[in-house]
Amino acid sequence: MRICSSVPHSLLLAGAFIGVLSYGAAAQTASPPAAAPAAAQPLPPGSPMIGRPDNEAAQKLAPVAPPPIAAALDKLPIDKLKVPAGFNIEVYAAGMPNARSMALGDKGTVFVGSRLLDKVYAIVNKDGKREVKIIATGLYRPNGVAFKDGTLYIAELSKVSKIEKIEDNLDNPPKPVVIYDNLPKDEAHGWKFIAIGPDNKLYVPVGQPGNNVLHDKDHGQIRRINLDGSGAEVIALGVRNTVGFDWNPETKQLYFTDNGRDWMSEDLPNDELNRVTKVGEDFGAPYCYQGNIPDPEFGWGHSCNEFTPPVGLMGPHAAALGMRFYTGKMFPQSFKNQIIVARHGSWNRTNKFGGDVVVVHLNKDGTAKNIEPLITGFLQDNKYVGRPVDVMQLKDGSLLVSDDWNGAVWRVSYGKQKVAGQ
Amino acid sequence: MRKITIITLAFALLAPARAAETIEQRAVTCFACHGEHGQSEMENTPSLGGQQAPYALIQLFMFREKLRTFEPMNDMVKSFTDDDLQKFSDFIAKLPKPQPPTETGDPARMQRGLALAQANRCNSCHNADFSGKENVPRLANQREDYLNKTLSEYKDNSRHGYDGTMADVMGSVSKEQIADLAYYISHYR
Repeated sequence: MRICSSVPHSLLLAGAFIGVLSYGAAAQTASPPAAAPAAAQPLPPGSPMIGRPDNEAAQKLAPVAPPPIAAALDKLPIDKLKVPAGFNIEVYAAGMPNARSMALGDKGTVFVGSRLLDKVYAIVNKDGKREVKIIATGLYRPNGVAFKDGTLYIAELSKVSKIEKIEDNLDNPPKPVVIYDNLPKDEAHGWKFIAIGPDNKLYVPVGQPGNNVLHDKDHGQIRRINLDGSGAEVIALGVRNTVGFDWNPETKQLYFTDNGRDWMSEDLPNDELNRVTKVGEDFGAPYCYQGNIPDPEFGWGHSCNEFTPPVGLMGPHAAALGMRFYTGKMFPQSFKNQIIVARHGSWNRTNKFGGDVVVVHLNKDGTAKNIEPLITGFLQDNKYVGRPVDVMQLKDGSLLVSDDWNGAVWRVSYGKQKVAGQ
Repeated sequence: MRKITIITLAFALLAPARAAETIEQRAVTCFACHGEHGQSEMENTPSLGGQQAPYALIQLFMFREKLRTFEPMNDMVKSFTDDDLQKFSDFIAKLPKPQPPTETGDPARMQRGLALAQANRCNSCHNADFSGKENVPRLANQREDYLNKTLSEYKDNSRHGYDGTMADVMGSVSKEQIADLAYYISHYR
């Protein structure tokens, strides 16, 4: 068993097999990082720079923004992306700047949200040929999309809306109708991933409004609402910023990724893979990260024992975003009911980490056993040539991966390569 | 504002000849408001010289898509292709950097501005010399009025950033502090 922080960075970056990042393992080695050197001036409360040490190495780090223009087909870095033997990777669709979360329609339409633009795209598959349409525009950070019974649900920064019978009206869709807007308007972690659970409710996260801040009762949580927007209920607390979740097909338990805080150290904390076993569980932010590190500022007076620990650790600053259980028949049996996770990749780390798609194998008790790479190569010489955001299985068992750096969607298949969608 | 609109219209009439023009010829339109040598002399209008190309590309793109609203600029780039946006941002980056004002600045205000820049860790993304990097803009010696206006717009969320970082940072900065920051950064040497 290897532990993330003890593995040489080069090995991690190469996408080599990464050992178990279990809670227990990390507990033995994680030591609270030394407090940052006192700054000359106190930072204002809520500043995203809280915790940032005032040194040259830290000054070099800043959030990485993707280009606003989608890469042309012939400029997509497909020759740089690596998949294991037997797998194939191809371009499913391109030309969608800032392509983010995905949802699949009953008739095979792939809906794609965006975070830095105002658009929602639809990839229409007709006779093996795919066409990209813009189905909504003028929205504010429409990162989240979900689909159920003919209706598309769209999550903007502070509201959720729907378009009924969307697949019958792709060329002239009506404007989205708001169903729920009792949401904070903070920019920080305000964009949303959404999905509809086995209970037929829409799950809507509200991130912590800043890197490391005490949040009020309206933030740092996952809510669920009825599909008409009524009956809002908080089901998970202490959630810093989740941008991907799905339900275990066997236990029906909700699993979600959660991004750890910035500026604690290069190697800690890890992003979390969490599991909700009962309504109202608290996952620790901002008091405790990765289940065993009390926050150097807010952890005083608390113990990590007060909170539900993660079932898996996803690597430091990795930005583990979209995740789905694999239930298809195309991939090898070892993928069945395991979790595929898109790690968008770090910015708050000198040697970037993540920028890959991995499979998290689970133990019988539903905790993470190990992590193996599925797609690597998005990170080249410490620079991104692509960044995976969300993963989604198609009906044929192949897997789509959205990439907000290139404005494209990739398709991974296994076995003799077939044309997408056939 | 009226003056800008008139200039915009005048140049819009010349548009059909565009395709054959060099970037230098086309950029004459930009210089009318933004200044000929990278340094603006027009109120509330930014100097463009030495701007980071990825940042300039994002802004031109946002003007075209009306994700950032300022009518003269929305009009100016509405028919730009992706390639045009790229060419203009690369061109802007090569213009000479704006120069600091000849007067060195009131020491008390400079001191307050410096302290605020440190306290808010502006250097974390914009670099210690405010030269910027990649998608983070150069700020050094930008026009004071433009800095003041922009920081205020980020604070009240009337200017939406490409991402939410500046809205987040400005949440805790007061109006008086914005004035001192703008003064300091515009006079930075």
